[in-house]
Amino acid sequence: MKLWTEFSKGFFKENAVFVLLLGMCPTLAVTGSAINGLGMGLATTAVLVGSNLVISLLKRWIPDKVRIPVFIVVIASFVTIIDLSMAAYVPDLHKALGIFIPLIVVNCVILGRAEAFASKRGVMESLVDGLGMGLGFAFALTLLGSLREILGAGSLFGWSFLPEGSTTILLFILSPGAFITLGFLIALINVMRRRFA
Amino acid sequence: MSIFLIIVGAIFVNNIVLMQFLGICPFLGVSTRVKTATGMSAAVLFVMTLATLITFLIQKLLLIPLHIEFMQTVSYILVIASLVQMVELILKKVSPPLYQALGVFLPLITTNCAILGVAVLVSRSTFNLVEAVVFAIATAIGFALALVLFAGIRERLELYEVPEAMKGAPIALITAGLLSLAFQGFSGMV
Repeated sequence: MKLWTEFSKGFFKENAVFVLLLGMCPTLAVTGSAINGLGMGLATTAVLVGSNLVISLLKRWIPDKVRIPVFIVVIASFVTIIDLSMAAYVPDLHKALGIFIPLIVVNCVILGRAEAFASKRGVMESLVDGLGMGLGFAFALTLLGSLREILGAGSLFGWSFLPEGSTTILLFILSPGAFITLGFLIALINVMRRRFA
Repeated sequence: MSIFLIIVGAIFVNNIVLMQFLGICPFLGVSTRVKTATGMSAAVLFVMTLATLITFLIQKLLLIPLHIEFMQTVSYILVIASLVQMVELILKKVSPPLYQALGVFLPLITTNCAILGVAVLVSRSTFNLVEAVVFAIATAIGFALALVLFAGIRERLELYEVPEAMKGAPIALITAGLLSLAFQGFSGMV
């Protein structure tokens, strides 16, 4: 039961993107399509689960004064593993996400969880926390990517549902669309939170 | 001529914040006052130039000759993190007034993805050393431009009635979207 709360908080109550406003750079940059958003979200989840696991295992041996550099090295190693694996198995997605894969290192969600959660709690809890926060992040990116793809390209996950030659609102795939869509989405979530709280 | 193109491209056409989405955290975080926005911009200019110079040398003199390019992410982030610490220590000793002005912003810079982003972008380009440094300076100026413009707009925004649900982050993001739309006008110039 307790593990379930740790897992589910990442989706709504403490969602990294919609509520905590962390990890904004990849959120805005790669959500031009649903599949890119999902890919980025899952890559981040993998790094987050790995770093949470290793840091919670090593927490007894990490000196307090140098903990941040140690966390960063652990995170950077997992990012390198994911970077190389994606280049090998999903080269198209790897190319589409570009420099935002190495930049997972500076995603504040990951360092934030390491500092606030994994360095203080047990292994199992940290694992579940990483999985929940990561999948919540992936959920947010996929939602934003889907909305932008539907409005901007008239398709979803690459599957086009508009007749050939119809006009779409191109603005939503371009950079301004990222800011505007996320702005309205957060406003909507604010309204929902107030109504249900 | 190509130097000129790099400068215009980095400041306006491919503006780092509004077009490439790097450094969004400080962009939203410290942009409520023009004064703090200028302080942050100065710190970014300083660190970005140094970090690009050093990571460029590491890439060319260490990672490529030893064939360990896969260590790029790990080595870059370590260099940037220690560089920020070092700059903080040196400034404190050498120039207390400058330290007073930039001090609070320096620790924040480690997690500013614009710094690592520019270093990685440079390593994936064909720039030589001079071009790389020029690119870093121009990118930092582009960051400063976006940040100061945005802070100016937000200062005015405080005087207006904003719907309850739009307060804070949503209205800031939509304002940034409109600013980005304005910068979209530069696309195709270079």
